[in-house]
Amino acid sequence: MTLATQPTSSSDTIQELTVEELRAKVGTGMEIEDAEEHLLLSMGPQHPSTHGVLRLLLELDGETVINVAPDIGFLHTGVEKTMESKTYTKALVLTDRMDYLSPMSNNLGYIMAIEKLLDVEVTPRAQVIRVILSELARISSHLVWLGTHALDLAAMTVFLYCFREREYILDLFEMVAGQRMMVSYFRPGGLWRDLPEEFVPAVRHFLDFFPGKIADYEALLKKNPIFLRRTKGVGVISAEDAIAWGVTGPSLRGSGLEWDIRKTQPYAGYEQYDFDVPTRTEGDVYARYRCRVDEFWQSMRIIEQALDKLPDGPINIDNPKIVPPSRSQLGQSMEAVIHHFKLWTEGFSVPEGYVYHSVESPRGEFACYLRSDGSPKPARVHFRTPSFVNLASLPNMAKGGFLADLVAIIGSIDIVLGDIDR
Amino acid sequence: MERDQLVVDKVNEAVRDAIEEIKDFRGERTLYIKPNRIKKVCQLLRDEEALQYNFLSDISADDLLPEFPRFAVNYHLYSIPFNHRLRLRVRIEDPDKGPATMAGVWPIATWLETEVWDLMGVRFKGNKGLRRLFLPEDWQGHPLRKDYPLGYEEVQFTFNWEEIGSRKPQPKD
Repeated sequence: MTLATQPTSSSDTIQELTVEELRAKVGTGMEIEDAEEHLLLSMGPQHPSTHGVLRLLLELDGETVINVAPDIGFLHTGVEKTMESKTYTKALVLTDRMDYLSPMSNNLGYIMAIEKLLDVEVTPRAQVIRVILSELARISSHLVWLGTHALDLAAMTVFLYCFREREYILDLFEMVAGQRMMVSYFRPGGLWRDLPEEFVPAVRHFLDFFPGKIADYEALLKKNPIFLRRTKGVGVISAEDAIAWGVTGPSLRGSGLEWDIRKTQPYAGYEQYDFDVPTRTEGDVYARYRCRVDEFWQSMRIIEQALDKLPDGPINIDNPKIVPPSRSQLGQSMEAVIHHFKLWTEGFSVPEGYVYHSVESPRGEFACYLRSDGSPKPARVHFRTPSFVNLASLPNMAKGGFLADLVAIIGSIDIVLGDIDR
Repeated sequence: MERDQLVVDKVNEAVRDAIEEIKDFRGERTLYIKPNRIKKVCQLLRDEEALQYNFLSDISADDLLPEFPRFAVNYHLYSIPFNHRLRLRVRIEDPDKGPATMAGVWPIATWLETEVWDLMGVRFKGNKGLRRLFLPEDWQGHPLRKDYPLGYEEVQFTFNWEEIGSRKPQPKD
């Protein structure tokens, strides 16, 4: 859909609009260089290659992109405001719905911020389980990315293959949390339930067959001339620009900077695992593709080590003021009933103060700024979501390229609109 | 941590009278910076050889109603070379006269400041790109402020059906 149509066709309308009027009309604050010569094109919000309801306002000279302005907010649900009216535990379910492709990472970032405020340390077993599930979430999120990215570049088979394997991981999530996607499995002080017996063998089975599947994807893409020509040298961003524009995650590592929060500021016991941070130096779409595919292997390494060392023991901390009592205790202990009642009506109080906790989500740095005023409800929650910040660098990557390459670039920075708009 | 102290020393050395208060909580250091000094301090933190806070992780704003000054803006900085995080906090008395934009120091700041303006209504001096980012262009107010109601739907009963119905938004014909 064109907003202000080409000069050739309805020339009456275009001559009446000044640049200021045009800008007011499009409302994205984009500088329009030459409104009379260039074509203004609105891409989205309903467009299969924008991975959700993202609208891009493009200024085009022929097929060359002169400028891009992302227009977001179509999925804004006011998560941060809503959380202020819920207790810490009840607000957790909203974090699943932000980045719906890796809810485990969102849960982890939010829960660890609460635990930092409370100053509690979860049990070793809970930590290892958190790591296993976060890494499974990373694999499943990267699978969706790989499938849709390849689909954008007209490789449909990869899409079907990737969703098949993702389905297996979602089944694992359902096994532990009862939910395929909106898991809310990590809770303040530990986990919702312990792992079921069949979980560990099922994950081991996944680790057995998944390398063969990665080989399948690679066989379809690695030497595919169409894929290579559409990704190599496209959407280049230098490491300096990437840092200045706040790019994180595999998109940053594709530009040659080895920065992974799991390594630099380890949380949830990541310092105990032996893994590498895949980096590439080219900074193009292909480099970002390579980084994510290499992360499959690293995540599998972490999961394997975590399964080997999975300790026995309790999954929750021993603090009835934070962790609700089990169902069996409710029939026997009056104290447990009181704690249960207090926790599910009022919630637990958190010491006054503010913290900022970052985790490495599949898309980059996911951070939670949490301020407590001493009451059972958060006074302010703010999420630094990787998709939102990474999207700001899209104009940098796309300027001067072809319109068709824009689709590849959007795919390569791996945005989730729920994560952007929240 | 020694690096926490190094930051304070360097700031005190270069920018006179900038730090109002220093807070440590759960291993995180917060520097309260005077609003008119924030630009200088940020420039220093990024460019100083021994600090190099080259990565702006996040900007967020707090509404501290009923306290005065009512607003506070947080800058979460990270130094990639030295692997250190730091929070700068600026108290804002009048949200229309907020701190200067950090666009010249970290380009990503324009994007993050726009979000703060949209949802909290703190205006950053010199940021010309401030606009509605998440909300529709004709939206009134800034929803993350504490005096902004959550907006529940009013319940209609037979005795006040008409009265409440007339206030409800209707689809445009």
